[in-house]
Amino acid sequence: MPMHAVNEVEIRSQPRISEQKNKSRRILTVPFALAVLAVIALGVVSLFTGVYDIWGQADGRDMFFITRVPRTIALMLTGAAMSMTGLIMHLVTRNKMVEPTTIGTNEWAGLGLLAVYLLIPSPTLVMRMTGAIVFSFVGTMVFFLFLRRVRLRSSLIVPIMGLMLGAVISAFSTFVTLWFNMSQVIENWFIGSFAPVQAGRYEYLWIIVIVTFLVFLYANRLTIAGLGEDVATTLGVNYNRLILLANALIAVCVGIVAAVIGNIPFLGLIVPNIISMIRGDDLRSNLPWVCLMGMGTITLCDIIARVVIMPFEVPVSLILGTIGAAVFILMLLRQRRSRRLR
Amino acid sequence: MSTVEIGLATNRGAGGSLRARMTGAFRTRRDARRYWLLLVLFLGIGLLATLGLILYKNPVPVDSPSFIPVVQRRLTAVVAMFVAALCHSFATVAFQSVTGNRIITPSLLGYESLYSFIQTSVLFFFGASALAKFSGTGAFFLQVALMIALSLILFGWLLSGKYGNLHLMLLIGIIIGAGLNSMSGFMRRVLSPSEFDLLQSRLIGSVNNADAEYFPIVIPLVLATVLLLYLLSRKLNVLSLGRDVSTAFGVNYQAHVILFLILIAVLMATTTALIGPMTFFGFLIAMLSYQAAPTYDHRYMLPMAFAIGFSVLTSAYFLLYHVFRAQTVVSVLIELFGGIAFLIVILRKRTL
Repeated sequence: MPMHAVNEVEIRSQPRISEQKNKSRRILTVPFALAVLAVIALGVVSLFTGVYDIWGQADGRDMFFITRVPRTIALMLTGAAMSMTGLIMHLVTRNKMVEPTTIGTNEWAGLGLLAVYLLIPSPTLVMRMTGAIVFSFVGTMVFFLFLRRVRLRSSLIVPIMGLMLGAVISAFSTFVTLWFNMSQVIENWFIGSFAPVQAGRYEYLWIIVIVTFLVFLYANRLTIAGLGEDVATTLGVNYNRLILLANALIAVCVGIVAAVIGNIPFLGLIVPNIISMIRGDDLRSNLPWVCLMGMGTITLCDIIARVVIMPFEVPVSLILGTIGAAVFILMLLRQRRSRRLR
Repeated sequence: MSTVEIGLATNRGAGGSLRARMTGAFRTRRDARRYWLLLVLFLGIGLLATLGLILYKNPVPVDSPSFIPVVQRRLTAVVAMFVAALCHSFATVAFQSVTGNRIITPSLLGYESLYSFIQTSVLFFFGASALAKFSGTGAFFLQVALMIALSLILFGWLLSGKYGNLHLMLLIGIIIGAGLNSMSGFMRRVLSPSEFDLLQSRLIGSVNNADAEYFPIVIPLVLATVLLLYLLSRKLNVLSLGRDVSTAFGVNYQAHVILFLILIAVLMATTTALIGPMTFFGFLIAMLSYQAAPTYDHRYMLPMAFAIGFSVLTSAYFLLYHVFRAQTVVSVLIELFGGIAFLIVILRKRTL
């Protein structure tokens, strides 16, 4: 049986859809408008948070457009990208604990960056991005194939395996860096931070907008793919092609973020899960919510990261890692009460 | 009960070949012979490599007065390897049997994250002078105790009672580890470079970091735990058959699982505090020992795992020190092989 065999426990929130079908399908609602306003407000706060005095200094205006605006845009795009990859993975595997951090995609992307540094002396951003994308594609594919082949006794096994796989990949990366004396490269990568973002260094993140558009377009088909190969084929969907597509979308998001920003942990896990607890599991109407909440969460974390040890700043991935771990554990414990996991 | 369980193990292994069946832990006489041969072989390799590590290229002649100090210095590393092999082999094999899953290792429970978190937070909250003082047996035991306490809290909280679930406990252990790593990363960012240097030297694990000062307490502790584990290994045979079968055999499953996990926690906490983290070493030797010991009886599996672990560790160090002259990469290399073995195993698995 393919990977969804045991995951029937994961779909508790589905009855909600039938109950309030018409309501939850609409995207433009009052709560959504409020959420948009909240994220815009966070964005404005992010624009005016920083050490440099953009009002008092003569070149304040320039600084504003060179660093603050790009940083805020990068935050929004990254937040949307990472939470979206989580959502796609949840759908395709029908396991709500699968996301780029828990199945090793992030580590594969890091390995890809490393491979590019090894092959090309001073790689451009496009080259690094390509390496990261290709490797995350391969890594995600390996894991998906593994999930399809193996019969699972518990859906909790999946993240355990994935995290171990990630550990293997990062052990391999460590070995390579030690061997070639370039631990600095990977050290910088493992800690994702928005501090170096400025005009001219983040623009590739805009590709994420295209990916978002594609996900919207394929939302229904991806939902069907989540029902498994047999059902999807019966319903007239080319399962394998869709899995490849989903994989490519994930790899592009993770690869670009890895090359431009670095490792962003747990975002794809917490955001889609919280949204599906509140709203149920309809991809198309959840997608805007997931993107929005991803943007809000990462912007909030980055503002905290900038403020907490002023005038210095902490990489946002450390804040996200701590908060994300706590939220993940709370989620697991909540599940433990409400349904019998085996 | 032991005849039942051994008979059961034999039946499971024999799979119908009635001709050569034995009423022992092994399927056939050939398997038994192969087991003893391999055990002797691995112990021999371990012993040879040990002698090599202690004596090879010793810069002073045997009759010189400084011979003994040199040997003592080298012996420290060998003893550390012995402890590491003992802890990792017993802990991993027992852990895999208790959890009924041969792909996970007890290192997953976040011991190393907690270790580095403790070191970092001592420096962060109390300053460099406190970290300098935070050594010696007192501090060592405080750390071991904290690590064991964390596992006890995890086990007691997530394994007992109505909602007890092994996989959930494992996953939460991993996530706690990840969270602790982020928190110590956060604290390390705030440290000054000189403080950071001080910390860095503490956090890199290697058998050469092992302090002989701790041996008088570590060795008896480890030996006692290992002995207890070995004496209980018949119970382990039953537990590895799963919850339902163990209950049918009259073994209190939950209580025994928690007991074994506590023993495992003692071993893992001690080796992590003494030597440092080795994530896939245990996995590697457990996997090799399942190949080398074709039996379900832990009384034979555990010694084999230790023999393999010790010979792998000592010969890896010997070869990389004296043949390839690449001292720094030993632990990384072992991790790498363990990791590759892990990949091969999970890609060949059909059921998890």
